[in-house]
Amino acid sequence: MRRRFRLRANALIGGTLIGVLALVGVTASLWTPFDPLRINLRARLRPPSDLYWLGTDEFGRDVVSRLMAGAGTSALVALLTVMSAVVLGVFIGVVAGFVRGWLDRALMAVNDTLLAFPGILLALGLMAVMGPNKWGIILALGLAYAPSVVRVVRATVLSVREREYIEASRVIGNSEIYTMMRHVLPNCTAPIVVLATSMFGWVVLAESALSFLGLGVPPPAPTWGNMLAAARPYLDQAPWLSIAPGLCIALTMLGINLLGDALRDRLDPRMAAA
Amino acid sequence: MLRYIIRRLLMTVPTALLVAIAVFVLLRLVPGDPAQLMLGDTATEETLAELRRQLGLDQPIPLQFLYWLGNVLRGDLGRSITNDLPVLPLIVDRFRVSATIVVAAVVLASIIAVPAGMLAAWRQNSPGDLVIVAGATLMLSIPSFWLGLLMLLLFGVKLGWLPVVGYVSFAEDPGRALAYIVLPIATLTLIEIGVVTRMARAATIEVLRLEYITHARAKGVPEGRVLWRHALPNAFAPTWTVIGLILGNLLGGIAVVETVFTLPGLGRLLVDGIFARDYPVVQGCLLFTAIMYVLVNLLVDLLYPVFDPRVTAE
Repeated sequence: MRRRFRLRANALIGGTLIGVLALVGVTASLWTPFDPLRINLRARLRPPSDLYWLGTDEFGRDVVSRLMAGAGTSALVALLTVMSAVVLGVFIGVVAGFVRGWLDRALMAVNDTLLAFPGILLALGLMAVMGPNKWGIILALGLAYAPSVVRVVRATVLSVREREYIEASRVIGNSEIYTMMRHVLPNCTAPIVVLATSMFGWVVLAESALSFLGLGVPPPAPTWGNMLAAARPYLDQAPWLSIAPGLCIALTMLGINLLGDALRDRLDPRMAAA
Repeated sequence: MLRYIIRRLLMTVPTALLVAIAVFVLLRLVPGDPAQLMLGDTATEETLAELRRQLGLDQPIPLQFLYWLGNVLRGDLGRSITNDLPVLPLIVDRFRVSATIVVAAVVLASIIAVPAGMLAAWRQNSPGDLVIVAGATLMLSIPSFWLGLLMLLLFGVKLGWLPVVGYVSFAEDPGRALAYIVLPIATLTLIEIGVVTRMARAATIEVLRLEYITHARAKGVPEGRVLWRHALPNAFAPTWTVIGLILGNLLGGIAVVETVFTLPGLGRLLVDGIFARDYPVVQGCLLFTAIMYVLVNLLVDLLYPVFDPRVTAE
């Protein structure tokens, strides 16, 4: 009973946090209190007030507007990254698991090599090659996280393909590709959804970390990560600059983690017992 | 046992080789001519050709790889473009700083989180469990670099107890060195407590449901002994793997924390190398960190049978 309640609460709080993020991200593309890029040197480092709710930064730009615009960027980057990682991972995972043989072995050798790097390190290396920009991050993080999708999908495909209904689909004369698309893939959805949810969190965190290091979305475009990096030198003069962007990242992560827990408990029966 | 160790050691060789190939290929994807990058725009065609010959860039790619690999195996990772120092000593020097922080944080986090996770599992769904799980999920959600900034804000700026910028090595002055690394260690410890607590809790819950635990309880073994003597050894094995993964991941992502606390660690060396387009340094850092990650995982696997002797029985 209590567990049920906790699950509901998790899903509700997590869903609300992510819903608000999405809403703010969409709103920011239409309206922000101020232009997030407009420099106003007469209003530098102002503390929070009626006019600037969360103060202004070292160029006199409104923090609330920049946070809103940053939400849009973060959400968009994370969404596109997870989508590319999932599409790439599912494609390679299904091919490896269904075709097997030497192709499977070759794909998995490359995949395991990529898994031998911590994700963020691989992304750092790829950013060194591509240079800091929005599409570079999406590609780098997508490539860095696709290998874990490949692993999960391949494992699921390997277990599903031995089932009787797959045999049945072949016996009645369906082609391999039809069987794969119509019968194998739908059975991989649950683990992919669970993985994609937590991956969304990793990507938000990794993107803000890369931006914090100056290897993410380049300024002046605001992201929560590069706002925190810019706030570091003004820690004693303008502490509010260090608080709000981090809080936004933390709340987003909390939302994803809670939603992820609720989803896993629902979709993964082995964990549901716990 | 010996067969397990030998098999696991042999598995590391192809992984390390593939990692080396991946790092080599990655840096070959960088647009532009390495010789041109090293010498700058003022270089003449002759000096460029000379450097290309020296670097072996006029050879076919597979030969270049073997040449590079040979150097790496002899401990030669090339020289930094920015300051012409050999890369390997530079890396080892910086690695000491990063390793101190990461290892200290992981040890501290494990000491706190494993008992906390077990306690939560023991009283599953109690208010205490709820508090521990909520706390762990919260810690899991806070980015390390933000927690670091908040710590600096509180202990450095507001209270003035600890320095905000700088680093002193232990060799120079152990007391002051500690003052510079206590906040980074505390930051990483708090962050990692979240992951380890959740893992320890989940693993303990699985174990507590097994029959031998019910049996021990039925015999009248006190609860404390059931947890520490009967449940912990079996619950710790999966947690141990996660601790190993964290150790490796922290090494990969240490740059952000080093940036917050202005520490001269390996992560900062890599990021500065990326900014300076100092490709020998970038290549060296990537290779070194990835190999460390492989070695940490190897060590974790080799020690695994100590906690769970069943794995060697297969």
